[in-house]
Amino acid sequence: MCLAIPAEVVALLPDGQAEVVVGGTKQVVSTALLDEVAVGDYVIVHVGFALTRLDPEEAQRTLALMAEWQTGAA
Amino acid sequence: MAGLRFIREFRDPKLAQSLARQIAAEVDPNRTYRFMEFCGGHTHAIARYGIPALLPPNLRMIHGPGCPVCVLPPGRVAQAIAIAEQPNVTLCAYGDVLRVPARKGESLLAAKAQGADVRMVGSALEAVALAEANPQREVVFFAIGFETTTPPTAAAILAAQAKGVRNFSVLCCHVLTPSAIMSILESSEARRWGSAQLDGFVGPAHVSVVIGSRPYEFFAEEYQKPVVIAGFEPLDVLHALLLLVRQVNEGRAAVENQYTRAVTRDGNRKAQALVAQVFELRKTFAWRGLGVLPYSALRIRAGFSEFDAEARFAIPAPEISDHPACECGAILRGHKSPRDCKLFAKACTPETPLGSCMVSSEGACAAYYHYGRFQERSAAVEAEEV
Ligand code: SF4
Repeated sequence: MCLAIPAEVVALLPDGQAEVVVGGTKQVVSTALLDEVAVGDYVIVHVGFALTRLDPEEAQRTLALMAEWQTGAA
Repeated sequence: MAGLRFIREFRDPKLAQSLARQIAAEVDPNRTYRFMEFCGGHTHAIARYGIPALLPPNLRMIHGPGCPVCVLPPGRVAQAIAIAEQPNVTLCAYGDVLRVPARKGESLLAAKAQGADVRMVGSALEAVALAEANPQREVVFFAIGFETTTPPTAAAILAAQAKGVRNFSVLCCHVLTPSAIMSILESSEARRWGSAQLDGFVGPAHVSVVIGSRPYEFFAEEYQKPVVIAGFEPLDVLHALLLLVRQVNEGRAAVENQYTRAVTRDGNRKAQALVAQVFELRKTFAWRGLGVLPYSALRIRAGFSEFDAEARFAIPAPEISDHPACECGAILRGHKSPRDCKLFAKACTPETPLGSCMVSSEGACAAYYHYGRFQERSAAVEAEEV
């Protein structure tokens, strides 16, 4: 039930809603919990609501941190 | 493929291997590490990706009570069934909830089979839409879950109010994560066995999206337990475990945030404001497995009482005990594993759940049941400890 997933916003709809895509599947979700959302944003979707926007820069930073150990420096 | 960004890169098997090697290199072989993943989403991810098999034997994962279906007490399910059986009522709930057992043989699904109008919804707003489309019926939404599902319920009540929908109400059973963590740290078992039982927490992903990382600072300081908030992908969990191992090795107990792409210190303020507008703290709430906990759940504020199914139907929740052989309670507190239950995979399976931990794929019993590899490895780890 808590398995919320990252989804891409592909269209903004009237009434505080947006169309999102997850792995090829389209879904309409409410954006009532977000201050602003734009087409191209990635959001976490949970029980029909976008809970937050994902920050692409932070994602890159985390991946870079993780990659530090990849070279076998240990 | 469209929409797989933020997913695939956090499942890279090579990176997972190197993170696992790094954890193995940094653990102190002369001690054990016992980390609780609070959240059912993590329990599910850990099982699904076979994470225990990547970990050194002296690092053990303990499953916490953060599966919303698992902590739902049978009395609340019975209350929902009693409301669903009232004339003219349509009761809506999230899918997993329908299969949670109340008394023997009783569940919302069974009530539906006997003619009650019970519907599965994917969003609280669907229940509001049903009420709008069926003004002659009383539509009740059975709202359960932690801080992730609470803002959607608040938004649904506010939407019903704005649209003047008068035949919509909510049976509010929302619970609070910090209270559950507190109860684990304060439980009589924890006192008896000493708080050394747990060396740290993998903090919830999406609960923390809403409440932020700040509420955990108290636990880190007061109980000297490290907390690392982690995303739900396998690399996130491994990364968080490495950070926890480091904190333990350095003797630190701080809140760290591994899931910075979604979690901030303050969380989602807009969602928090909606929740505060609609809900207030309950003095006490009975949890499955954890007992009655003070200030651990929410109820609908008096100003919204017309949307409160408890006020509208005046049907109280009966007290019902779990199946006598079910170990869900001890499992939810991290003291037992599904393997310790005599009913596991015998009388109790995902098709015929006897306890709530077997219902949702986030429940420890269902996770063990579905992912055999995890099952074997965990059993092996436990055998070593005996
Ligand atoms: S296997 Fe079933 S009966 Fe046993 S603890 Fe898990 S849910 Fe309860």
